[in-house]
Amino acid sequence: MLQADHTQTTVRPDTSVALHQLAHARAGDKGERLNVALFAYDPDHYTTLLEQVTEERVLALFAHRGASRVRRYPLPNLAGMNFVIDDVLQGGVNGALNLDGHGKTLSFLLLSMEVDAS
Amino acid sequence: MSFLLGSGAGFSGDRTDAAVAVVAELIKRQQPSALVFETLGERTLAAAHRAMRDDPESGFEPLLDELLAPVLRDCLDHDIKILGNFGAANPRGACQVIADLATQLGRGDVRIAQVHGDDIRQQLHSLDLQRWEAERLDMPGDDALISANVYLGAKALAEALAMQADVVVTGRVADPALFLAPLMHHFDWRWDDWDRLACGMMAGHLAECGAQVSGGYFADPGFKDVPGLATVGYPIIEVEQDGSLIITKPANTGGCVTEQTVKEQLLYEVHDPANYLTPDVTVDLSHAEVRQLSPNRVAVTGIRGKPAPERLKTTVCYEGGWQGEAEISYAGPNALARAQLAAQVLRERLVFRAPAELRTRLDIIGLASVFDSDSGELQRSASASASGDYRLRLAAEHSERRWVARATQELLALYCAGPAGGGGVRRQFQRRVFTASYLVKRSDVNAHASLFESSPLGERRSERYAAS
Repeated sequence: MLQADHTQTTVRPDTSVALHQLAHARAGDKGERLNVALFAYDPDHYTTLLEQVTEERVLALFAHRGASRVRRYPLPNLAGMNFVIDDVLQGGVNGALNLDGHGKTLSFLLLSMEVDAS
Repeated sequence: MSFLLGSGAGFSGDRTDAAVAVVAELIKRQQPSALVFETLGERTLAAAHRAMRDDPESGFEPLLDELLAPVLRDCLDHDIKILGNFGAANPRGACQVIADLATQLGRGDVRIAQVHGDDIRQQLHSLDLQRWEAERLDMPGDDALISANVYLGAKALAEALAMQADVVVTGRVADPALFLAPLMHHFDWRWDDWDRLACGMMAGHLAECGAQVSGGYFADPGFKDVPGLATVGYPIIEVEQDGSLIITKPANTGGCVTEQTVKEQLLYEVHDPANYLTPDVTVDLSHAEVRQLSPNRVAVTGIRGKPAPERLKTTVCYEGGWQGEAEISYAGPNALARAQLAAQVLRERLVFRAPAELRTRLDIIGLASVFDSDSGELQRSASASASGDYRLRLAAEHSERRWVARATQELLALYCAGPAGGGGVRRQFQRRVFTASYLVKRSDVNAHASLFESSPLGERRSERYAAS
């Protein structure tokens, strides 16, 4: 099973930073599906996001929540990208036992991902 | 001259004083304009239907009076059209409240229109439905069914404006259609002018959540600072005949309109940016660009439209059993171990005090909660200070109320029978709503508008005012 990235304690390169340093994000829900739109503060970091914030890594980050699929839609004009994450809301706003059934806080789970900013 | 779209509220529960500054700005500009209240979430409608079962006079936005009282007279006097989905399950009831309020404000001549056709409960079982976001195609029985509503487009709302309505009251419509309708009426765009429809729909999309485009839901101190969040200005969108959009906000309000705030809201609740489905147009915002023109003014360009989807989304709400929560706090030395012991005690108790099908979840707030899974994976791996301020939370669900009551009562009993120093128990449980979405044929939906026949203050209502 994929381990959530933010619980790993592997040695990170010196240039490793939390995505939160480079980008901002907002989450929205529809049913069992979450979208998180991610935007680089500095357009120069857009390529870094494209290379490192991949569908695979996002799926791994949300694996403990039951995420089954991640699709990424790049938005070069906005220096950002939209992630659509399936089955991550444990029942969604109506069914979830989670305090945050909408998954609104999960934008900051994505922003906790470590990226190499070198 | 541009048409101005102002937002007065972005959800049921939003600030009820937000529209005042927006209306003041709309009056100052002296341009054709509309004020929109979006107050109907997916579950809000189910709650409204339940309320109406108990009280046939309810079923619309509970804060309708409070939202409209400060601005209705100004809007009527300055020909600012008001549109809102505050009709919820009972648009006619909302029309009556607005008529009474207008009369009290000396404008009994108000023209109010009601939009019909979204409520399809009666026909539900005979319709050709396609599954959209639903576990199963078979419908809940009549006993369990709470509501079934189609997300209508802007046509019936534009029809209401063509009847020279001052106020348009709807139940379920696609939220941004509330904003598209006055544009269609004002600019007389064709209903197959997909690019302009897409621009109008995205103006609505950007404004429908109120302050979320103008500094609300954005601040991250030290990273994204927002001035004056306590008095954040709700958005105004300037729309031109050619569909170009500028996002701004009233003068002398808090918040900010920046490229960043607009980008975050542009993608809010969007999946494939090249195919954002709405009842009136499929929007392609994959080539959209944002540009700061001056402080608190951002232009959005590059929005394209494609033909509208063939079917309309319908959301069905039905009874989903019971859900409950209870919490207890532990603080100070060794608090984490005491909270963890309390969780363990609850797990052991629930094995023999509740049926196996009771679904539960335990969080330790302060250690791991909202990011965690139902099985508590993060809670087991997370590290936190042994001393601190932790709150154990139990959530439970079952089809029968008694087992949810029992589970939460077991947490309450930790007061006397659990670890040392537990305090501050809160406990609540309520009926749960399940939703499922389907696609319905357009030809099966009869969306239309009618003018509300305003009557003098009803007797029941006069009594209510006399009593208050």
